[in-house]
Amino acid sequence: MERFFAKIGNYVIAGLSNAGHGTMLLRAIFRETPHIWKMRREVLVQMHVVLIGSMPLVIVTSVFVGAVTAVQAVYQMQALVPMKFLGVMISKTVFIELGPVLMALVVGSRLCAFYAAELGTMKVTEQLDAMNIMAIDPVRYLAMPRFWASVLMIPVVTIFADAVAVFGGYTISVMTLDISSGVFIEGLQLFYKHSDILGGLIKSVVFGGIIALSGIFNGFHTQGGAEGVGHSTMTAVVASCLSVLVADYFLAIILFQIIFQK
Amino acid sequence: MKVEYNIPPPPDQKVADPTAFSGIVIEGVSKSFGPKQVLTETDLLINKGETLVVIGRSGEGKSVLLKHIVRLLEPDAGRIWVEGEEISEMEMSELMEMRKKFGFLFQGAALFDSMNVCKNVGLMLEEHSGWSMDKIKDRACECLALVGLTDSDDKLPSELSGGMKKRAALARAIVMEPEYILYDEPTTGLDPITGDAINDLIIKLQKELGVTSIIVTHDMASAFKVADRMAMLSRGKIVFTGTVDEVRNTDHPMVRQFIEGNSQGPLGAF
Ligand SMILES: Nc1ncnc2c1ncn2[C@@H]1O[C@H](COP(=O)(O)OP(=O)(O)O)[C@@H](O)[C@H]1O
Ligand SMILES: [Mg+2]
Repeated sequence: MERFFAKIGNYVIAGLSNAGHGTMLLRAIFRETPHIWKMRREVLVQMHVVLIGSMPLVIVTSVFVGAVTAVQAVYQMQALVPMKFLGVMISKTVFIELGPVLMALVVGSRLCAFYAAELGTMKVTEQLDAMNIMAIDPVRYLAMPRFWASVLMIPVVTIFADAVAVFGGYTISVMTLDISSGVFIEGLQLFYKHSDILGGLIKSVVFGGIIALSGIFNGFHTQGGAEGVGHSTMTAVVASCLSVLVADYFLAIILFQIIFQK
Repeated sequence: MKVEYNIPPPPDQKVADPTAFSGIVIEGVSKSFGPKQVLTETDLLINKGETLVVIGRSGEGKSVLLKHIVRLLEPDAGRIWVEGEEISEMEMSELMEMRKKFGFLFQGAALFDSMNVCKNVGLMLEEHSGWSMDKIKDRACECLALVGLTDSDDKLPSELSGGMKKRAALARAIVMEPEYILYDEPTTGLDPITGDAINDLIIKLQKELGVTSIIVTHDMASAFKVADRMAMLSRGKIVFTGTVDEVRNTDHPMVRQFIEGNSQGPLGAF
């Protein structure tokens, strides 16, 4: 029993110390951000990685998310809620919650694993040491461009995914659920608020930061060889997903219970 | 039967005032990784302009020692001065300036595998010299020619053999004409002819540019050829230093065993 608590205590301490080191990395990234113009090529390369590479994943995920939301909504509404509310149900769920969170989990994991494995391999093959020796700061050269690429592009991907998901919901509704195109589109405009999309965007900006930070941090702190890279990649993805979900809860409170609640 | 060896005490490698010493002073440095003690209060002096060869069996901590000199690793105890400045007290920016004086050849080459060879070699100039791209490319090619890699400049590191990687990494280490070059096993994995060409290059850099070199190696032929002075690392300490002739004629049992490649002796076989 004591062992059990000692173990939990150790996890908590390790977690807090990692959070501390993560904050230090974040500060270092912000400190190096003024050099972003000089590093613009690397930023563009990394943005390309987020955007273009993940398109098939984004499209397939979003179409099906929209479709499932439509099917489920129709089932739950049954005869209780008029079908003209279908559009608004789908769009609100997708904009506020499903779009940002699923993209952070799906595209985010992909990106986080990529960062952790790439930087982790550089760490264990001494490429990071080599960079330090050459008086080139790995935070400026590697971390900062990746961080901003993620913070900028995850929201872009999310917006795109929102649109595709709503389109998926629309297509399924019209084609298989006996709902007329006009009713669906009318429903979309019902209760539409800018703050829904804005809230979702703010979420995905934060998620973009979490994803990048987790991947970069775990990559930079990789120990050992191939196994170490595997381990830190795994840790990075798990930490990223958990942090996204926890952050989602707090963001929901801050955004939709405090800021947008007039 | 257990043989008793008469092992002399470690050499005196201390200076009275490290801040007035123009080379590198390593004083009382200890380092352990978890339970494994790698360096134990070891001292070493590196004089400006000399070529010091550090010998020792694999796993003794030679690479670890080299990394301490440029603060890639921080000692658990002890201090290191470079040109009279204690490196553990340097700010990040001072450390970066100090590091620009160093070239470091990693044991595993450590080329950036996302960049081609030419870009690897030129990167430091791109960052620090302010030169035009053409000039950087010329200088990179010049350094690659010095190590005998004339037509591989647009290859990726993954397309090179182990020995070619090592040579490309050497070109990268010398591109800024550093005052100090730390070589971690420069000739390991090279064929004997290329290896000897690298020895000649090391000597040439010292003669022509006055470079201070620290070379970690097991290759005794190379060691005897390039060294001004040799030091032996064993069980976490520098146990012997001496000139090439002193090494050849010493009766220090550990050094004798090492240079003769004998499995019997104070170092043990495994
Ligand atoms: N980053 C590290 N983490 C843990 N142990 C290390 C690390 N670097 C070196 N060691 C250990 O230190 C010892 C000395 O390593 P090294 O300096 O590479 O030996 P060598 O003399 O062959 O260059 C080895 O036993 C190695 O396991
Ligand atoms: Mg080594």
